[in-house]
Amino acid sequence: MLQRMRDYLRSLLLIELFQGLGVTGRYLFKTKFTVQYPEERAPMSPRFRGLHALRRYENGEERCIACKLCEATCPALAITIEAEPRADGTRRTTLYEIDLFKCIYCGFCEESCPVDSIVETSVYEYCFEQRGEHIMTKERLLAIGDQYEAEIAAARAADARYR
Amino acid sequence: MIELWNSLPEVIRILLKIVVILGPLMGLVAYYTLAERKIIGYMQIRIGPNRVGPRGLLQPIADALKLMMKEIVLPTRADKVLFIIAPMLTLGPALAAWAVFPFDEGLVLADIDAGLLYILALTSLGVYGVIIAGWASNSKYAMLGAMRSAAQIVAYEIAMGFALVGVLIAAGSLNLGDIVRAQEGSFLTWFWLPLLPLFGIYFISGLAETNRAPFDVAEGESEIVAGFHVEYSGMTFAVFFLGEYANMILISALSALMFLGGWLSPLPASWVDGVFLLDDGFHWLLLKTFFFMFLFLWFRATFPRYRYDQIMRLGWKVFIPITIVWILVVGLAVVFKLPPWWSA
Repeated sequence: MLQRMRDYLRSLLLIELFQGLGVTGRYLFKTKFTVQYPEERAPMSPRFRGLHALRRYENGEERCIACKLCEATCPALAITIEAEPRADGTRRTTLYEIDLFKCIYCGFCEESCPVDSIVETSVYEYCFEQRGEHIMTKERLLAIGDQYEAEIAAARAADARYR
Repeated sequence: MIELWNSLPEVIRILLKIVVILGPLMGLVAYYTLAERKIIGYMQIRIGPNRVGPRGLLQPIADALKLMMKEIVLPTRADKVLFIIAPMLTLGPALAAWAVFPFDEGLVLADIDAGLLYILALTSLGVYGVIIAGWASNSKYAMLGAMRSAAQIVAYEIAMGFALVGVLIAAGSLNLGDIVRAQEGSFLTWFWLPLLPLFGIYFISGLAETNRAPFDVAEGESEIVAGFHVEYSGMTFAVFFLGEYANMILISALSALMFLGGWLSPLPASWVDGVFLLDDGFHWLLLKTFFFMFLFLWFRATFPRYRYDQIMRLGWKVFIPITIVWILVVGLAVVFKLPPWWSA
């Protein structure tokens, strides 16, 4: 009985509602978390898995040796590779395609690669304007690798201790 | 200047006065929407709109332009006439109510004796816009919203009316200017203190009356999409929006007028007589109104929507009994001349 009266008085005096107002009132003055995206960016791990790239050695030779480990390990079956020996006798890919609609960005291809050829860069702002653009061809992957080589190398170096 | 003013025909003078009242009011409505988004944003630890103009200050103008450009979609099976009239019916009373509103000593468009009655009539008229909109849209959700709104208004109109009865007993007048003058003294002699329960109930009923959170079941965007205005777009929607915000400002201003002494300074008149800004004046009314307008936003950022049956319980079984009891208390206090409010 006493408890019920106390509960009734509490609800009548709106005590809990005022406590709620106190919480939102405090939050009004808190430092805001908002990141002003195009101008500001959130910090990113060197392990971030974004757009794919194929890397080259410093002498300009492509790293990929067409071992097809990435194709085999890809859980989404997004990678297609065809290969044959090149004129100088080395084994190279003639076709290396990643379907970005199938890709789940798991990073297994990068992990499986014995020569660090296929990598996932930290690029995450890209879009496709035409049908078929989501299939990344070997040329485009190499071009991305050339463009972002410095970043890619820096990210690999930063993470080298843990690999 | 004064001669020119006096030479104008009466009608023109009244029209000019109306423009002087409604112009700033519309500006206030526009920037109230921005303030709402900013303040609620801040309470949710984000910063709100800041892209249009410096610190987002042109956002309301961008919003208004967008709404004006958009097509007004008329549902095929809607009642076209009522569909268009409904938004006007919500905005009209919200603006017309300002006619009897005293902004400062003697500064009122129509100093009528039944001012409080007029206000009560007009604030309850606004709900017809909502009900007609729900009916005319010929849509299930709109209909549900209108029904909820109607039931809610019936419940809270009574509590609100009783709260105002308390005010008019305390002030002994229906004239809004006289109600303010009856509160003269300091902030302790304002009616918020002797009428504290009525003050709370009036403001909360005001929330319900304007369909604001936590009483926004008529809109209920998470349950019935947007309630009574699902089918509205473009300018018709904008007019609904203007009406809602004008109503919020009206309720805030009326709370300030009837419970916080309107334009009166919170300090005793003998201390601040003639002192710049501390003396009675329009700025005090503005400050008090802003306080209530802020409360509207604060409540919206804090409280989740009431369940429908809880709203009904609160209106019928809590507010109405409390107001009736307190009217009795106030009546006795006035009869026995309880100091400091009714000693004179």
